[in-house]
Amino acid sequence: MRRTAALQLLAPLFLVGVAALIGTLVSTSTETYVINALVNVAIVVALYVFIGNSGVLSFGHISFVAVGAWAAGVLSMPVQEKPAIMPHLASLLRDHAIGNVPSLALAAAVGAAYALVIGLPLMRLSGLGAGIATFGVLEITHNVLRYWETIGPGLNTFSAVPETTGLLQASIGAALAVIVAFAYRRSRFGRLLSATREDAAAARAVGVSVYRQRLVAFVLSGGLAGFAGGLYVHLLPVNTESLYLDIPFLTLAMLLIGGATSLWGAVVGALAVSGVDSFLAEAETGIHVFGQPLNLPAGTRIVVVGAFMALVLILRPAGLTGGRELSFRQLRPLRVLTKFAK
Amino acid sequence: MTLAFLGMNWQTLADAVSLGAIYALMAVGIGLVFGVLRLVNFAYGQLVMAGAYALAFAYDHGWPVSVGILLCFAVVLTLSLLLDRIVFRPLRAHSPAVMLVATFAIAFLLQSIALLWFGPLGKISASLAALNQPVTISGVDIRKIAIVATALAAACLLALVLLLGRTRVGLHMRAAAMDFRTAELLGVRAGRVITAAVLVSGVLAAIVAVMLTVQTPLVTPDFALRDTILVLAGVVLGGMNRLVPATLGGFAIGFASGLLGGALPTNWSQYLPSFLFAAVILVLLVRPGGLFTREGQRAAERV
Repeated sequence: MRRTAALQLLAPLFLVGVAALIGTLVSTSTETYVINALVNVAIVVALYVFIGNSGVLSFGHISFVAVGAWAAGVLSMPVQEKPAIMPHLASLLRDHAIGNVPSLALAAAVGAAYALVIGLPLMRLSGLGAGIATFGVLEITHNVLRYWETIGPGLNTFSAVPETTGLLQASIGAALAVIVAFAYRRSRFGRLLSATREDAAAARAVGVSVYRQRLVAFVLSGGLAGFAGGLYVHLLPVNTESLYLDIPFLTLAMLLIGGATSLWGAVVGALAVSGVDSFLAEAETGIHVFGQPLNLPAGTRIVVVGAFMALVLILRPAGLTGGRELSFRQLRPLRVLTKFAK
Repeated sequence: MTLAFLGMNWQTLADAVSLGAIYALMAVGIGLVFGVLRLVNFAYGQLVMAGAYALAFAYDHGWPVSVGILLCFAVVLTLSLLLDRIVFRPLRAHSPAVMLVATFAIAFLLQSIALLWFGPLGKISASLAALNQPVTISGVDIRKIAIVATALAAACLLALVLLLGRTRVGLHMRAAAMDFRTAELLGVRAGRVITAAVLVSGVLAAIVAVMLTVQTPLVTPDFALRDTILVLAGVVLGGMNRLVPATLGGFAIGFASGLLGGALPTNWSQYLPSFLFAAVILVLLVRPGGLFTREGQRAAERV
């Protein structure tokens, strides 16, 4: 039992480590893709904590990423840069700046607090109602951040935020998200929540409050999403449009493609889709594959990624991993291979 | 008087009604497919977009209006049937979440194909621009399209009521929407009912494409995307499980958005989506079964 648990934590961490290792070996331009993929891992793991364990769909998590990015971005921008980008900022926010690590902690706290406010009423819903209501949250957050210039840059882009999310920070961030998600899943709360996912009536019958368990997961995953948003704003200049329709869809698709009900699936999905996406983005600028020049027209990338997602969802609706954690049984074929090698 | 006090005029009211009517048609299109397939078709807006591109294509080549409209119908119906075969049917048995995200993926895919094919700048489709001229009714100017759209939507809904209520295939569709498996056991042919629903929903999408291009002649890859999001919210608001409440929900959200968009001052109307979706969330919390469903009709909450 303990070995299985160790595998469930170490396998995703191992993937994050491999991605980080690849990042150190490649050119600086390719490294950006790796960093981006690692931040995606953090976002998708945040989604997994709620969606995977509760079985309730949420489109709203990118709102928590967005408020996290806003909190970290607004406060970590150097004070002298603020008036140019955010002329209408409230004075409290305008006159203070905080460092990198505090800004990430703040992003997580703001994400969790916002998730609590949203979750208190919304966790009563499930099914399609939950899907549409969380979509509404996304719309409202997008709309408010876009026009309310007292708390942020409005339509402007978060330029001049210190770009501290390098390979190291992204790897640590992704690993941290994985560890928190693992610890939650193993805890009493995680077990109770997945019990409600499997059979809500039976869980209620033994005294589990579905509402309370969902709320706990929602707040935790909101915190993780806010944290990922902090990582994101320190990676590249973000604006409201970059956190609107594409990212929610992409990250949700990553989760479902990997297999929503396992941490392993979340990490595999995030890295697989990010990998395909970055490869195609490179191919649009022209690369060589096995000695053959490959130069795709601009825009091919989104078409192929879209088709890839649709295909996986149609052919393997439980995701690439089937929604299961990695187990020793699945590793057994590998052992046979190593025997042959000897 | 009261209208003027709210900063409204008759044109705003007529526009709101016609937007509500168009949204009601989209709501029916989404609701019909949901009824037989239990699938929320997020890609519905992209059907409308494809139809709009067909109209723009015909306008570009100087073809007559009627040919443009025919092309629009042909494109939308072909695409509907393709989606049905390739996506909807294989997905039928899966969980609603997977189906929703899969149609999300299809929407994304179609949108990026349009982007790749036609570019981000958009195409003009102005073959029916004459409908934007105002007509004076007892001293009040109202754009023709508002009247045409409302009348056309009303006619479509009437035709639909007749189709569902008076024909065999309509009866089968209603039976399938009520309980698909029982209907199948009683001899309703599943494949035929699904095809019928998808076709009717495609016809509605084509009609919506024609009317939306009159109001917004510039056709871009994200054409009708915002409308679809609002209609989906409206459908859930009204009550997803029944066609009439779903249609009313679509109308309500179109009407509200048209009315508020015209009546609110600019510094407020930029927050219009927030107001609309806050209202949607509130309704979902207070009446999760839908606003326009009667007590007994509400789907029993699954335990």
